[in-house]
Amino acid sequence: MTELAANDPLPKPKRDLAPILLPIALALAMIPLVGSTSSWVTLTVASLAMGMMIFIMASGLTLVFGLMDVLNFGHGAFIAVGAYIGTLILLPFAAAMQADSLLANLAVLVPAILLAMAVSGALGLVVERVLILPVYGQHLKQILMTTGGLIVAEQTMYAIWGPAIIPLPLPASLRGSFILGDVAIAKYRVLAMLVGLAVFIAIQLVLNRSKIGLLIRAGVENREMVEALGYRIRRLFLGVFMTGSALAGLGGVMWALYREQVHASMSDDLTVLIFIVVIIGGLGSIGGCFIGAILVAMVANYGGFLVPKLALVSNILLMVAILMWRPRGLYAVTSR
Amino acid sequence: MMLLSGDPPRSRVLTIVLLVIILALAATPFIFPGAKAMNVAAKICIFAALVASYDLLLGYTGTVSFAHTMFYGIGSYAIAIALYTMGPNWGAVATGIVIGLPLAALLALAIGLFSLRVAAIFFAMITLAVASAFQVLASQMSWLTGGEDGRSFQLPDLLRPGTVLIPKSLIGFEFNGRTLTFYLVFVASTLMILALLRVVNSPFGRVLQAIRENRFRAEALGFRTVFHLTYANCLAALVAASAGILNALWLRYAGPDTSLSFSIMLDILLMVVIGGMGTIYGAIIGAAIFILAQNYLQSLMGVASKAAGEAGLPLLPGLLHPDRWLLWLGLLFIASVYFFPTGVVGRLRSGRAGKTSDAAH
Repeated sequence: MTELAANDPLPKPKRDLAPILLPIALALAMIPLVGSTSSWVTLTVASLAMGMMIFIMASGLTLVFGLMDVLNFGHGAFIAVGAYIGTLILLPFAAAMQADSLLANLAVLVPAILLAMAVSGALGLVVERVLILPVYGQHLKQILMTTGGLIVAEQTMYAIWGPAIIPLPLPASLRGSFILGDVAIAKYRVLAMLVGLAVFIAIQLVLNRSKIGLLIRAGVENREMVEALGYRIRRLFLGVFMTGSALAGLGGVMWALYREQVHASMSDDLTVLIFIVVIIGGLGSIGGCFIGAILVAMVANYGGFLVPKLALVSNILLMVAILMWRPRGLYAVTSR
Repeated sequence: MMLLSGDPPRSRVLTIVLLVIILALAATPFIFPGAKAMNVAAKICIFAALVASYDLLLGYTGTVSFAHTMFYGIGSYAIAIALYTMGPNWGAVATGIVIGLPLAALLALAIGLFSLRVAAIFFAMITLAVASAFQVLASQMSWLTGGEDGRSFQLPDLLRPGTVLIPKSLIGFEFNGRTLTFYLVFVASTLMILALLRVVNSPFGRVLQAIRENRFRAEALGFRTVFHLTYANCLAALVAASAGILNALWLRYAGPDTSLSFSIMLDILLMVVIGGMGTIYGAIIGAAIFILAQNYLQSLMGVASKAAGEAGLPLLPGLLHPDRWLLWLGLLFIASVYFFPTGVVGRLRSGRAGKTSDAAH
């Protein structure tokens, strides 16, 4: 791995494989440590599912930073808002959720997710206009404004939905596990993995194969140049911000179903995880964010299995290790 | 002037307000008898020092740290664990101080060297991550920290409420160990704030401001910015840990909710921004406003909420519920970052039509 780790003096469009190999190597290295194959498979699937959900929530944050140098400390609020909005549909139609038919379940789940994404996306519009636009370009004030936004959002959620934890059972057809030999794989984790992978592929396709994606990537590289060519990068940024917020809402519903509960402060721990992911991946990099999310989830799951008490601390250690190796994250995109 | 390091409040109204606050705090045991007033006053003193130390980071160097409660918590826990395990004697107090302060400084040094090399935004994220990890660690190591329950402990004899130093018949009120503890907190906080004023008005403080305004230029002038920022970070951590020590001594308790939780971090942010960043005096104003609001605004909101409920208004009773006071302070926070970024102090200093755009960024 070391010969790939060496930094080339000039950035070339060469594939940098070392970060991709890292989670694979980590997973393989864990086989002897975990011991039994079946628990290793379960842990690996759990890591991938958790990683995908974290990736969905973190992807917007890293793009927004890469594109406009804006870091939203209130990003976690979109997660909780998404989850609460999801309950607005999921709870009244609990009967359809508990019916043992995939079609009936999806008929409730899909509108709930779409509504959650729409509302958090719309909230993203408001936040961008009200909180971020006035302090654009000033890091310190951005952090303060978005933190203030987080406080207000969290308190408003308490005021509307109350401080109690809302239980949110999984749909009947997503409960239980697929049994393969002596290995049990939870159905919902498979779904989470598929959704996360779909989001990743969709983002990659948009970024690499469409004109908008070209502009976004160009904006990440050099904002002024894109503006000089006559594109309204502010509008582009607003679009990215809203998409990121909507994805956070999607992640919120998925996380709430994964944990089977909703709470206004559910985003607090997640925000920390997301920040670690974004830092590990390299601010602005979607690929790095994807790998970072998987790594963080792996460390949390394997670490939680092997050394249960240190799950969150192990993430910090992971971050330190990665930053020692590559001080600007796995894939350094921006020159900032 | 010597005492204030040549940095007076520079506004008549501000001077009067500060004098009123300080005199009221100093006289609390005489004029406002009762446990609640003393608690509020002690908390204002402790938080004024804590927020002033945060101001050294946020207002004077322009770095946002989310790990400030961690240092506060280290101080609190150090004294609590020492007094809990070694019993109520002065040796335990000294042990707590001797262990807590260097621990906080070392941790600040490590975080600073690791993450202050990069942009402010990176530092903010890393401190947030480290602080939350520390919080988990503190609640997991329950054999040492008491977990979620925290640690309650006894103070040395001299500081206990039962110890009557001057009886009531002599000066009209009882000067007991509790009163002595209060004055200990008051004097220590005052000294810390004066020391911070000294720091920010020293050549070192000027370099910090230069880094805040333009880090690149400060570096070009030959200042080792990483050294200066790390040094400031360590100083702030030391003062925060000292404030934590005072907090634990006053409460006779250290636990996650009173000394480590993320909401305290948000409170500190609110106080420093509302009071005024980069002024040190703002810390006193911010702490006074915030803690008075925390303790007395809630009952006011309860009345308003009830009235709104009786008037049959939708949602408003929920928004005005006493538990939602943070919502309104959050809105005030956003408004003050936006409209008067130099806070109350900056506003008072610049007068009515003053420009307030010279804030840190």
